[in-house]
Amino acid sequence: MAQPATVIDVEEITRIIDAHARLEGPLLPMLHALQEAFGYVPAQAHAPICDRLNITRAELHGVITFYHDFREKPAGRHVLKICRAEACQSVGGAAMADALLAKLGLNWHGTTANGAVTIEPVYCLGLCACAPAAMVDDRVVGRVDAAKLDKLLAEAGA
Amino acid sequence: MKIYVPMDSAAKALGAEEVVAALRAATPEAQIVRTGSRGMIWLEPLVEVEVDGVRHGFGPTDPSDVTGILDGTSAKALGPVEDLDWMKRQTRLTFARVGVIDPLSLADHQAHGGLVGLRRALAMTGQEIVDEVKTSGLRGRGGAGFPTGIKWQTVHDADAPQKYIVCNADEGDSATFADRMVMEGDPFTLIEGMTIAGIGVGATKGYVYLRSEYPDAIAVMTRAVEIARAEGLLGANVLGSGRAFDMEIRKGAGAYVCGEETSLLNSLEGKRGVVRAKPPLPALEGFLGRPTVVNNVISLATVPVIFERGAQHYADFGLGRSRGTVTLQIAGNVARGGLFETAFGISLGDVVNDLGGGTLSGRPVKAVQVGGPLGPYMPVSKFDTPLGYEEFDVAGGLIGHAGLTVFDDTTDMLGMARFAMEFCAVESCGKCTPCRIGAVRGVETIDRIAQGDADALPLLADLCETMKDGSLCALGGFTPFPVMSAVTHFPDDFARLKEAAE
Repeated sequence: MAQPATVIDVEEITRIIDAHARLEGPLLPMLHALQEAFGYVPAQAHAPICDRLNITRAELHGVITFYHDFREKPAGRHVLKICRAEACQSVGGAAMADALLAKLGLNWHGTTANGAVTIEPVYCLGLCACAPAAMVDDRVVGRVDAAKLDKLLAEAGA
Repeated sequence: MKIYVPMDSAAKALGAEEVVAALRAATPEAQIVRTGSRGMIWLEPLVEVEVDGVRHGFGPTDPSDVTGILDGTSAKALGPVEDLDWMKRQTRLTFARVGVIDPLSLADHQAHGGLVGLRRALAMTGQEIVDEVKTSGLRGRGGAGFPTGIKWQTVHDADAPQKYIVCNADEGDSATFADRMVMEGDPFTLIEGMTIAGIGVGATKGYVYLRSEYPDAIAVMTRAVEIARAEGLLGANVLGSGRAFDMEIRKGAGAYVCGEETSLLNSLEGKRGVVRAKPPLPALEGFLGRPTVVNNVISLATVPVIFERGAQHYADFGLGRSRGTVTLQIAGNVARGGLFETAFGISLGDVVNDLGGGTLSGRPVKAVQVGGPLGPYMPVSKFDTPLGYEEFDVAGGLIGHAGLTVFDDTTDMLGMARFAMEFCAVESCGKCTPCRIGAVRGVETIDRIAQGDADALPLLADLCETMKDGSLCALGGFTPFPVMSAVTHFPDDFARLKEAAE
């Protein structure tokens, strides 16, 4: 996961917008690429996107806020996604997640005080036959229990 | 020495990378082939060692098993993988190559029957291709079960300067992972199926809308498309036929509702993923307003085998109007979870108890949710229901994408009903009122029931009727199924608190 940049490089924004503008339905690939580069979708990108795609600020805001993936401010250095869906619940996933959040003193979407880890809910990682499931950044983990969660958090520096 | 280890994300999630690292360290000269998963997830990571052309399995493995695997003393030895009961009892058509081949080797794909179907299709007219799919009896495996050939016919007959094939790989339902497994284990079969669809209906461009929660599948599919293009399978001249088809992988952005086809199309166009009213059908006005085939991954990935072996061969499997095979995904609290491809007709009880081996916890089964978060909870009393679209419909169930989540007797069904409403509230696109507001009211009403308010039960039933009748898509329209099935089949879970309050 990209480290959130403290200074936003406007030329990089222009480069990303240009690289995607000719796709059919360019907005989602563009937003993903911006988030990949900056860790979130920087506000500085809004006006150039609207200009380039001929959409209103309201439309852009609608799209960014509709999808769970897009962030308007940086997340922690790592994102731990814990599945809340039915298959994971059937093997104690909900209690496990609640216990973790209580231990960290966080709610869903919260970030540890040292900025290391953001905890997000996710609805299905397709690991339903080895539940409960979680994902740290892009790395999947199955049959998660409290001990595995502690290890993942320690590796992430929480 | 040739060793096979899956790179399927379920295998990775259970430590396949660590096992591969240990194997490489222990036997640097061995050839390690990464494959998809055979579908026996309870045996993952499943290591296979080839001896005299026969693949012998070991699982579930961890790095400490490597020494024993290599010197032949491992207690995890399973014998020849093809002889395992789970493998022998299957009819693997769509998944024939998954777990067998290197997913990113087009040569491997072809050595196991790949591209035979496409080559046959390239010699046919569009109408002949559509007719072949109709004859096969293939119905949409994404959940709705609509006849695929009829959908293709509509797009084939539409007159437009550009048509599209859109593959719905937004596999958001809990207990479903067949799409992920085929994309990670045999991506060329999906590319082949989409190409046949494109040639059949006259579409030159395809998109796979793949959910962002599947980074491994995205990586494999993206690479496979690059390889297919380089090898002339995709592009202006598909396999030298003079016909054009190309495709792109597009990443979703974490919205469950985008698995609904019209919402998916809006998302693909770069809009909010709100549902569109039908008509117009996507087959006539789909992506960018053009005629579009929107099919699920499994539907499209099944097309090549239909053309390889012939439509009648495929149609000869099955039950009633459910032809061919169903890719069961057995999940949740189950001893042997995984993917099992078989002809339609097997009973629900056989799937759960015989194949699945009952619960993982060892406790009695309480309910099985079939068809994902929008599917009803089936009680044990309905275990004799055969897997078939119509048969499940009669029993008050739905097959959906054929995912099953098993729950043991410790499950609080009121809690599961509440979660169904909560999930609907989180994921509602907001377009129609019964779903947007009904789901929130549903959570509140179930909370009242939990507190012992007997008047709230009829209110919940009434609310569910409104959601069912008044919602535009299956999210609002089907959320009442898990909710009301929990109320109907497990009334004790909704009454005990009331008694306590009295």
